[in-house]
Amino acid sequence: MKLRLDKKDFHSFLRGLMVHYELFAPVQLGEGVSVYKKIGDPSEVALLPSNPQKPAKEVFFPQSETMFRYGKVGVQTEVTSTEKVERKRILLGPRPCDLKAVSLLDSVFAGKDYRDVYYVNKRNATTVIGMACDQPLSTCFCSSMDGGPFFREGSDLFLIDLGEAYLVEVLTEKGKAIETNEFLKEADTNDLELAREIEQKATKKAETSLSLEGIEGRLDRMVESPFWDQVGEKCIGCRICTYLCPTCHCFDIVDEDLNGKGERVRHWDSCLSSLYSQETSGHNPRPTNRERTRQRLMHKFNYFPKNVGRIACVGCGRCVLYCPADSDIRETIKEIQKFKCQSSNAK
Amino acid sequence: MIQERLRQKAKELLESKAVDLIVGFGEGSLPLRATPIFIRNPQEVNRLIWNSFCGHNLSTYLHKLKSLKVGLVVKGCDSRSAVALLLEKRFKADQLFLIGVPCQRMVDRRRVKRAVQGEILRVSAQGDELIVEGEDFKTTLNRKDFLYPSCQVCVHRMPLRADVLLGKPVEEFSLLETHPEIEEFLGKTPEERWDYFERETGRCIRCYACREACPMCYCTECFVDSSNPQWMEKGLSPSDLEFYHIVRAYHQTGRCSGCGACERACPMEIRLTYLTQKLNEDVKELFGFETGVVGDAFAPLSTYDMGDKQEFIK
Repeated sequence: MKLRLDKKDFHSFLRGLMVHYELFAPVQLGEGVSVYKKIGDPSEVALLPSNPQKPAKEVFFPQSETMFRYGKVGVQTEVTSTEKVERKRILLGPRPCDLKAVSLLDSVFAGKDYRDVYYVNKRNATTVIGMACDQPLSTCFCSSMDGGPFFREGSDLFLIDLGEAYLVEVLTEKGKAIETNEFLKEADTNDLELAREIEQKATKKAETSLSLEGIEGRLDRMVESPFWDQVGEKCIGCRICTYLCPTCHCFDIVDEDLNGKGERVRHWDSCLSSLYSQETSGHNPRPTNRERTRQRLMHKFNYFPKNVGRIACVGCGRCVLYCPADSDIRETIKEIQKFKCQSSNAK
Repeated sequence: MIQERLRQKAKELLESKAVDLIVGFGEGSLPLRATPIFIRNPQEVNRLIWNSFCGHNLSTYLHKLKSLKVGLVVKGCDSRSAVALLLEKRFKADQLFLIGVPCQRMVDRRRVKRAVQGEILRVSAQGDELIVEGEDFKTTLNRKDFLYPSCQVCVHRMPLRADVLLGKPVEEFSLLETHPEIEEFLGKTPEERWDYFERETGRCIRCYACREACPMCYCTECFVDSSNPQWMEKGLSPSDLEFYHIVRAYHQTGRCSGCGACERACPMEIRLTYLTQKLNEDVKELFGFETGVVGDAFAPLSTYDMGDKQEFIK
């Protein structure tokens, strides 16, 4: 089903949704800086032409999340659950790269081995209104990662910006619940034609040719390679590439309490931090950026494929854009891919 | 040309084994960017560049290269950080060969980005002009209008200590009378100041890029990471974010060269230098001290003097 939503009705449309749903969408925190947040009023929504700094994973897997609260009541300790998601939710505005990343996170938090109740409850309660990426950047490489700027997987509804209006594609049963809405009209052939043109143009613009063929096997042979000295040397050891990565999902669990009352919280953690692998004895099995940068690359292109059969990078380009040392994962991948030639020549 | 001389000098230093490696700037993969590079092979010196986008303070890498003799490419501010680190005994003086370059003031890529519509794909700097190109635009900008705030007010463009100086000495003067962000901050009431600080730090995601980019942040265990005692929680509560940023700024008092690397590294574009630069101004006013300007003078808050006036004791 393809519908049309005039932009002049957009805020009213959202206000209508907010009666039944909690709305999460990009919010601008400063000029050019945005994140996904719970919306209080539709005017806060900022659908910008490019991705917010922090990825949409945050809506399902917040940077800091209370797992339960506890406190002493007399001699007993009382535990309060925070698992339940009270209201239905809508996630508005994520691009195909962020949604592909969510499908990767599904295999971690809602896979066959583990079901993380916090993640699963939020996922189940959420209807996703994805957004076509009509202005892919030169740093995007989603098309090399089995995705694309109009990749619809993960969206229940899919918006394409037509200028004066959005074309709204209803893709799933969940999406159908929103279909009957006074602001959604049937799209005409002009709308469909325009949407097709925008899709073609964006798809062409997003064409990239980064080859990942055989990367998993190559990395198997590269564990002790001096290559990682080079990668690690430039890294300053901040956490930007992991926190802003839509697929990175490591966390740390801590108790935060005072006077017998507190909460258990899980916070995002980062393999680029020295503290991440620091053991209680003081020993650190990943003592330098060499081992830490290797871990990050290995997890994405070797361990994750081994565990779930998919590469854990969606090509959003955030790590390329925001690395303070201007390290470019595309260049690193190219170097890794050259490794094959060197080793086969040696044979 | 500076770039040519830089490559020549680097080659000479590597060939004569005067240094083990050169840490300098190379071409970044994106427009408006340079990237730190590490050269050990004299054949590779042509990867070294010098342009308006060499904004990193490469002294931050020195902590990881303690066992090596390093040839480090430094601007004025970077050389001051290196001097301050030498004073703090982070390495021995003979481990360091400073290749000084008089700085033309660096271009702020975010300012340039905001000046145009659409993605920037190519940029070249020619004299006072920046030629910025995208898919369907080409604009010429006046370089001077797009400098980093810290570079606009810089009065130490010349490396104050260098083992070799490439390029002609430059005249030292600030482009602005006062630091505009400090002025703006001082013009606020205490409540407004707090609101501003809270709004800026409220964007923090605790990636610690500001800490890692800063040459002066090198504690073996940063107070934010300490678990025994645990000074603060690990989340994004306003009090934790504010605590981190206040202490980070205060730890820099009398040690910060004002290079601005912290602010450039921040992915959330949090203003940081209005705090550190104000502390720098205070230290200059109260103690007549500027980081790394006089080679053997200790930072006032790191030393003790019987002649201290101790005016704060009433």
